[in-house]
Amino acid sequence: MDIFLQQLVNGLTLGSVYAIVALGYTMVYGIVQLINFAHGDVVMVGAMVALSVISALAGTALPPLVIVSAGMLCAVPVCMAVGFTMERIAYRPLRGAPRLAPLITAIGISIILQQVAMIIWSRNPLGFPQIIDNPVFELAGAHISAIQIGIILGSFLMMAGLTLLVFRTRLGVAMRATSENPQVAGLMGINVNRVISATFVIGAGLGAVAGVMVGTYYGIAHYTMGSLLGMKAFSAAVLGGIGNLAGAMLGGVLLGLVEALGAGYIGEIMDLCHLSGISEALAARCAQDNHFVLFGSNYQDVFAFLVLIAVLVFRPSGLLGERVSDRA
Amino acid sequence: MKNWIERLERLRAHRAAPWLGIALVVISLFMLPFALASVGTAWVRITNLAILFALLSLGLNIVVGFAGLLDLGYIAFYAVGAYCYALLASPHFGLHLPFWVILPIGAAVACAFGVLLGAPTLKLRGDYLAIVTLGFGEIVRIFLNNLSQPINITNGPQGVTLIDPFRIGEVDFSRTDRLLGLDFSGPIKYYYLLMVVLVLAIIVNLRLQHSRIGRAWVAIREDEVAAQAMGINTRNVKLLAFAMGAGFGGVAGGIFAATQGFISPESFVFVESIMVLSMVVLGGMGNIWGVVLGAILLSFVPEILRYTVEPAQKAVFGRLLIEPEVIRMLLFGLALVLMMLYRPAGLWPSKRRKREFAETDPS
Repeated sequence: MDIFLQQLVNGLTLGSVYAIVALGYTMVYGIVQLINFAHGDVVMVGAMVALSVISALAGTALPPLVIVSAGMLCAVPVCMAVGFTMERIAYRPLRGAPRLAPLITAIGISIILQQVAMIIWSRNPLGFPQIIDNPVFELAGAHISAIQIGIILGSFLMMAGLTLLVFRTRLGVAMRATSENPQVAGLMGINVNRVISATFVIGAGLGAVAGVMVGTYYGIAHYTMGSLLGMKAFSAAVLGGIGNLAGAMLGGVLLGLVEALGAGYIGEIMDLCHLSGISEALAARCAQDNHFVLFGSNYQDVFAFLVLIAVLVFRPSGLLGERVSDRA
Repeated sequence: MKNWIERLERLRAHRAAPWLGIALVVISLFMLPFALASVGTAWVRITNLAILFALLSLGLNIVVGFAGLLDLGYIAFYAVGAYCYALLASPHFGLHLPFWVILPIGAAVACAFGVLLGAPTLKLRGDYLAIVTLGFGEIVRIFLNNLSQPINITNGPQGVTLIDPFRIGEVDFSRTDRLLGLDFSGPIKYYYLLMVVLVLAIIVNLRLQHSRIGRAWVAIREDEVAAQAMGINTRNVKLLAFAMGAGFGGVAGGIFAATQGFISPESFVFVESIMVLSMVVLGGMGNIWGVVLGAILLSFVPEILRYTVEPAQKAVFGRLLIEPEVIRMLLFGLALVLMMLYRPAGLWPSKRRKREFAETDPS
């Protein structure tokens, strides 16, 4: 089995999920310049709702695909409602307030969502029922499962759909106009509040689907799963250039690849036994167990943050972002 | 009756009145741990933790309140201070340095980490900065968790145990001493120590606030470009804010390690950063007394809830429906949201901050 190809496949799967979540961040940021800190937790809510529905239906005679679709169909509206409510009570009243204010309410909302989810579901990680038999295909030396194919295809379909929505519909025009200049958009007869609500709702819906994908891929859901996922997706959005749709997709996939390949190779790269010539003690240690790994794959989660910091330091507008924002 | 009021007024006008007030406060703070200990030693420990959080909030207030740089990974500095103390005064490395050597080292190392975080993020805007600091906090925790391999530095998730308590000569802070007919137990001694540190920290903060540096921080918070045009070296002043804030965290961390005797990466998760931030926001960003108030409120209210809500739930529903820990977290979340919506300047706002939040941002 080829490790490189295998990690490429894993990275692509992970990356397309990141991309979908990143879209939620980037859409909201593009339109109201707010980091929706609670977006990761909306993803978590999506996964949890789907998990409940799928568990409830798992015993019935319905075909597995129908059950998963039912889970998704329940998760999406719930998350949309959460996104809508969140914008209504926590962000809209603070439009025009100092920048830190909505960020702090967003953190508050994130905590509340997590705790409420914990009360409703459980403190412990919940297993996703394995109802889909997951055939594994062999592709040029790498293994790719049906779920992975589904995730990758589904994400690309959603990205295409979103692109069409933003660039081909009236709502899309209104969204782009609002992100350009809300005051002028309002003067042109666009209901800015409704457009902003729509943005949150669409982002939350995408998040719900991503939640179901992550849940079925890893097979578990936990009330804190949203934080790290959200952080990584946000890093992906920044990497691609926040506010830019294509950027979020590119950033997500890139981050997934970096993470998967990093996890696959960092142990080897950081194995100091390649350099056993530099010191006697090291050579002795290497003779003992053949490995002296400085940073292994247990540092996988650090990559996203390092990528984020590096991007912000060297190219703050991201890979595809053209606007250099200079507002304090 | 009128006579009484007149007398009180005369007393207030007296030259010694402020000193009398201070003396009263000092005496009541001195007696407080004994009153608490009579209810239960647990309450002395809770008070100590509250003071530690007040120290942390004061440190974070320098970064968030004064300089306006939102730091979501502040607990990392607390962790750095705590691990400095733990590694230099425990059997883990066999080092047993006295605390007056370690605390300055811990503060210095934390300052260095503050600069390390500040340097690459100087040019970032508020919300980007928040995310990077969050990432920084996570990175520090992941390293603490994993630095047990290949060389055991932090002992990984198991944490460091058997950390030395404070010792001054023969006085050991972990043992009970009898003095003047009073029992000075370990927590009570730490209470006095923490009180002294807190008072020092408040004095330092009060002096900083209106100093040249303090005014420079506020200027940067209000308008960085204008501050630069006024001749403020924004780079150095921002780095100084990070370093000073981190230093407070480092000292608090060192004392935390000594009081607990055991630390592990578990104590330094993201939620703790949020907790300190909630305290600063609730009390009133930028106001020293407000921040201390916020820290004490948010430390005590959950504990009081623990003693009231738990029995209440058991009495009403027959079992524990919502754990106090969850209520505490919900309280933090709600505090953040409601404060921002209805009282964005905090319970006890600084005058300047109040004005700032009253204006609306045109952008």
